[in-house]
Amino acid sequence: MKASGVIRVGVWGLLIAFLLKPQVFAPAFAPLTQHDAPAIYDQGDLATLAWAHLGLVLTATSLSALLAIGLAILVSRGPGRAFLPMSRSLVGIGQTFPPVAVLAIAVPLVGFGIKPTLIALVAYGLLPIFENSLTGLSQVPASVLEAADGAGMSPIQRLWSVELPLARPLMIEGLRQTLVISVGTATLGSTVASQGLGEVIIAGLLSDNSAFVLQGGLITGLMAILLHDAVGLIAQRWQRPVQ
Amino acid sequence: MRPRLDLPAWLFGSIAVGALFGLPFVISKANRIVPGVPVGLVDALGPGSVLRWWVLAVIGVTAVLTQRRWLRLVATGLLCVWFALALGHAAQLLTPPGNAVVRIAPGAGFWCAMASVALLGVDAAARLQLRALARLALLGLVMLVLWAALASGYFDHVSVVREYAVNADRFAHEFSRHLSLALGSVLAAVAVGLPMGLACQGRPWLRQAVLSTLSLVQTIPSIALYGMLMAPLAALAVTVPTLAQWGIGGIGYAPAVVALFLYALLPVVANTVLGLASVDPAVVDAARGMGLTDGKILTRIRWPLALPTIVTGVRVVLVQNMGLAAIAALIGGGGLGTFIFQGIGQTAIDLVLLGALPTVALALAAGVVLDALVEWLDRRRPA
Repeated sequence: MKASGVIRVGVWGLLIAFLLKPQVFAPAFAPLTQHDAPAIYDQGDLATLAWAHLGLVLTATSLSALLAIGLAILVSRGPGRAFLPMSRSLVGIGQTFPPVAVLAIAVPLVGFGIKPTLIALVAYGLLPIFENSLTGLSQVPASVLEAADGAGMSPIQRLWSVELPLARPLMIEGLRQTLVISVGTATLGSTVASQGLGEVIIAGLLSDNSAFVLQGGLITGLMAILLHDAVGLIAQRWQRPVQ
Repeated sequence: MRPRLDLPAWLFGSIAVGALFGLPFVISKANRIVPGVPVGLVDALGPGSVLRWWVLAVIGVTAVLTQRRWLRLVATGLLCVWFALALGHAAQLLTPPGNAVVRIAPGAGFWCAMASVALLGVDAAARLQLRALARLALLGLVMLVLWAALASGYFDHVSVVREYAVNADRFAHEFSRHLSLALGSVLAAVAVGLPMGLACQGRPWLRQAVLSTLSLVQTIPSIALYGMLMAPLAALAVTVPTLAQWGIGGIGYAPAVVALFLYALLPVVANTVLGLASVDPAVVDAARGMGLTDGKILTRIRWPLALPTIVTGVRVVLVQNMGLAAIAALIGGGGLGTFIFQGIGQTAIDLVLLGALPTVALALAAGVVLDALVEWLDRRRPA
């Protein structure tokens, strides 16, 4: 196994061990606490919170991917092309919109809990995937499209077996960006009472316990890096038979 | 050009019409936290001259049908003014005289109509391909109109403006705190990031190490990064009392500005490296052939050629930090996020908006200004 493989397995092992048996790591966090405060988050089970966090991120990212790729396909052909310039301006504006503001504006619309967080994550996750899918689809050379037409492919066949595979690497890059952003943004959900690892960090901020803040931050940071890495790995495996 | 159906204009025009007449234009609340009663546009405006509907129809039809982009830009701008005036009028009409508790908040109809029309306007402006200066002037005009509208008192009964009136002193303070958090951290990141990027030039091992460390920092959620900096800064303030006198400590401004600085570092360093690396080696060779020293090559050749890419990195960072600065409120760092999180805590939506709307406006304005700067630098760059 290569060095990168060893590191990967090691980091996964560390994260899972920490989630399942956090008390083992208590001595490492104890120096950060004051006045005998608990070193490990004690107001809930870390594994449950991490699981809820992961579920939220994966649900939101799947929804974003479906919507974003669908929209990118729509605006890159037929009458949808009229929307292409506008969708580019929309992406530009969307990227300037702060995630906190999306969350803050979603709360009055749908109330507290998981719903505003999901809306903010889906809306914010759309942009990287949409932009990359659009770039990927519009970079397919015209000669390739003509060859596909010449071979008698229907527009749907052409999309499915020529355009999408060629655009795939860029789409996956967008997906990875969205995953990393979502894991971080989902922690903000805890300010509007949605379950997740943000709870640990906020509990630490409120009780002035740096150990909580650090472990919440480490778990989310590791989760983001591992998801980014895992999607890259899956994409590599998937790409191989095509080449 | 053959006149043909402009699909986006028809779609967003229809959405705006549907939103105006199908969704509540304003929400009338008995006080700032109770849920309110929806009021449609026709009821909200009350009896009055039929002329205003004609004005709306003429501008609206012009905006959708016109083939001229500048005319669409003007028409969409006027439509936004119409919606705003309607909101102000409705707020005056629905507020009983002398009552300072009732809140008239913009409803879903107002927001959707405003958003679809603004989108059409932005699209028209983008297709006009205005030059940098014209875009800045347009931004200035929008800000001037906004300021004049708020100063005129016409909108004093609208819920968010009422919330502002209650918090006016704090607003000025938090607004400048927000700006200082975002701008200060970006300036620091530029001051540190440029030399770092320069140092990475020609040293692949250093570049690899610096860029991967900084991308690790980016994966840490912002609230956690703020929190993680509290402990070391608190310790620092205890050991070096002079620092504490300057206001550096575990909570408040210092950890927030350091966290924002750390987030800003990666794009600045990465774009500096990218910009310097993208300079054509043939150009550098030619300069060397002409007898320029390495220092002169850097200041006269590499630097001007790399500058637009570097400023693009600064744009990303400034826009991002305008938004992230809102989270500083969670650790007592102040800024517009104070209103957002207080509002969420009190379920007072008007207070949330008082924080969120200026945050969005600042981020958008920063984007427009820096885009114009990048374009200006790009054009000045020797070909």
